[in-house]
Amino acid sequence: MILEMSAIGLSRLQFAVTAMFHWIFVPLTLGLAVIIGIMETKYFLESKKPGNEVNTEFWKKTTRFWSRIFAINFAIGVATGIILEFQFGTNWSNYSWFVGDIFGAPLAIEGIFAFFMESTFFAVMYFGWDKVSKKFHLASTWLTAIGANLSAVWILIANAWMQNPVGMVFNPDTARNEMVDFWEVVFSPVALNKLMHTSTSGFMLGAVVVIGISAWYLLKRRDVEFAIKSMKIAAIFGLVSALVLAYSGDGSAYLVAKHQPMKLAAMEGLYKGENKAPLVGMAILNPQKEITNDEDPYLFDISIPGALSLLANRSFDSFVPGIEDIINGGYDVTDENGITSKALSFEQKRERGKLAVDGLREYQQSLKTGNDSLKAASYSQLQENFKYFGYSFLDSPQQAIPPVALTFYAFRIMVILGGYFILFFIAVLVLTSKGRIISMKESYSKIIYWILILSIPLVYICSQSGWIVAEVGRQPWTIQDLLPVQAAVSAVAPGNIYATLTIFFVLFTVLLIAELKIMFNQIKRGPENLS
Amino acid sequence: MNIFRRIYNFYYEGFRDMTVGKTLWLLIIVKLFVMFVILKLFFFQSQLGKYETQQEKSGAVIENLLK
Repeated sequence: MILEMSAIGLSRLQFAVTAMFHWIFVPLTLGLAVIIGIMETKYFLESKKPGNEVNTEFWKKTTRFWSRIFAINFAIGVATGIILEFQFGTNWSNYSWFVGDIFGAPLAIEGIFAFFMESTFFAVMYFGWDKVSKKFHLASTWLTAIGANLSAVWILIANAWMQNPVGMVFNPDTARNEMVDFWEVVFSPVALNKLMHTSTSGFMLGAVVVIGISAWYLLKRRDVEFAIKSMKIAAIFGLVSALVLAYSGDGSAYLVAKHQPMKLAAMEGLYKGENKAPLVGMAILNPQKEITNDEDPYLFDISIPGALSLLANRSFDSFVPGIEDIINGGYDVTDENGITSKALSFEQKRERGKLAVDGLREYQQSLKTGNDSLKAASYSQLQENFKYFGYSFLDSPQQAIPPVALTFYAFRIMVILGGYFILFFIAVLVLTSKGRIISMKESYSKIIYWILILSIPLVYICSQSGWIVAEVGRQPWTIQDLLPVQAAVSAVAPGNIYATLTIFFVLFTVLLIAELKIMFNQIKRGPENLS
Repeated sequence: MNIFRRIYNFYYEGFRDMTVGKTLWLLIIVKLFVMFVILKLFFFQSQLGKYETQQEKSGAVIENLLK
């Protein structure tokens, strides 16, 4: 089933725009919720100390201010992800049917459990000040934070399954994947690592936003104590998150090497694989480079010898396949059971994919004719080759290669900014200790405040780049090796997609402007004058 | 006061005393209207929704996959 690329391209663009807008709101919710929990815990502990009214009131105001910022972001962002589910049914109907209950179960748990938990305690968090006990209020704040993060957990499990489909069997009667091992889906290494990596990226983003907004108060020389204490909490939380993020990023690259080697090759612009493969630090890709020519992949590069082999296989000497190797096959691969075999070429995988599709066709015929022996044989043929089902829909090796430049540069932006933020948090911790951040020369301090403020857009760029690497890097697959975009997409008229794309763009832009306007207004009021 | 009355009052007073919250609720309502009434109703009909039974839906997807 091959539709015109324009419809596929538009559906992909529409999904990408929606997901990226949605991801503007989500990470701040994840990170800020935890920071508010820490601040309210501080408030709770201070309130237990006798004669400590001033400190208690300070932490109450601080908590309430950041809660207000959280509420604005939560309210504007809530339900923006539902549009993605609309798109599944309309633009990606084959996909949404094919994934079956693998998606249904985690998303249902998310809707029923996590979202309702988050929403219920969110109300107590906002309406409950001075109406419920301090302990119950604190519990509600933490439960809101846990609920927000649990919501993300289930979505990320579903996403991880697309990157590494496990724990299911394809049912040829219904054309759906059926979950046979819930725990294998939930606890797959890809899912666990994705949870850690994505949650901590939200934590880091929340911390940078708190520091950036606090820096604005320092720039204006107002609410100084509030700003510095907020910065300290955010910097400690942010540094821990950024370090876990770096650790899980390393784990993510290792798992990508195992399960999505083409994505890793695209991330590195690696066309010809090698032993002691270098990790590219900085490079400019050669736009003329194709798998069909011998051009150098880089116009300029600074690389670390052996580092990619270490990252991918935990060994400096090991072989890392490039794009051409993955297309041509023939190199050694070791599976999770330690068995080494030769990697299949693109053509071999496509042949296996065609056998799987033929198996499905014959299985359907056997149902109509009542031929039981054909049914059994075709079922076996389908299941034996199902691992490569998706390759039957690809016409050429080029279609199995993701957009290299976008994946390559997005990966570098993410990693470089990730490194910058580790230094950023260390610097903020040093500057806020002993009041250095306000006692330094005004000409220096202004520059520093502006760097902190302007780091807010940078952390969003970092976060979005991470998703670009994850999602663009796995193209053409909606489900790795099983369903490419060509087979997943529905026959929707391009005009219709243009119209909805325009509506989304206008709607989300208005929402974003509204969020920023309301947020700026509250920031200007400050913690002392909350409306 | 019984528990239900207390819960009702908790929410009633919470909503009544809102300031920024009222603007946010207005935005949420407009957003949900655009999403569920305009987009869902006019643009995002499920492609498989035209089939009544699960079997018909399966058949349509299998047909697409085998084209």
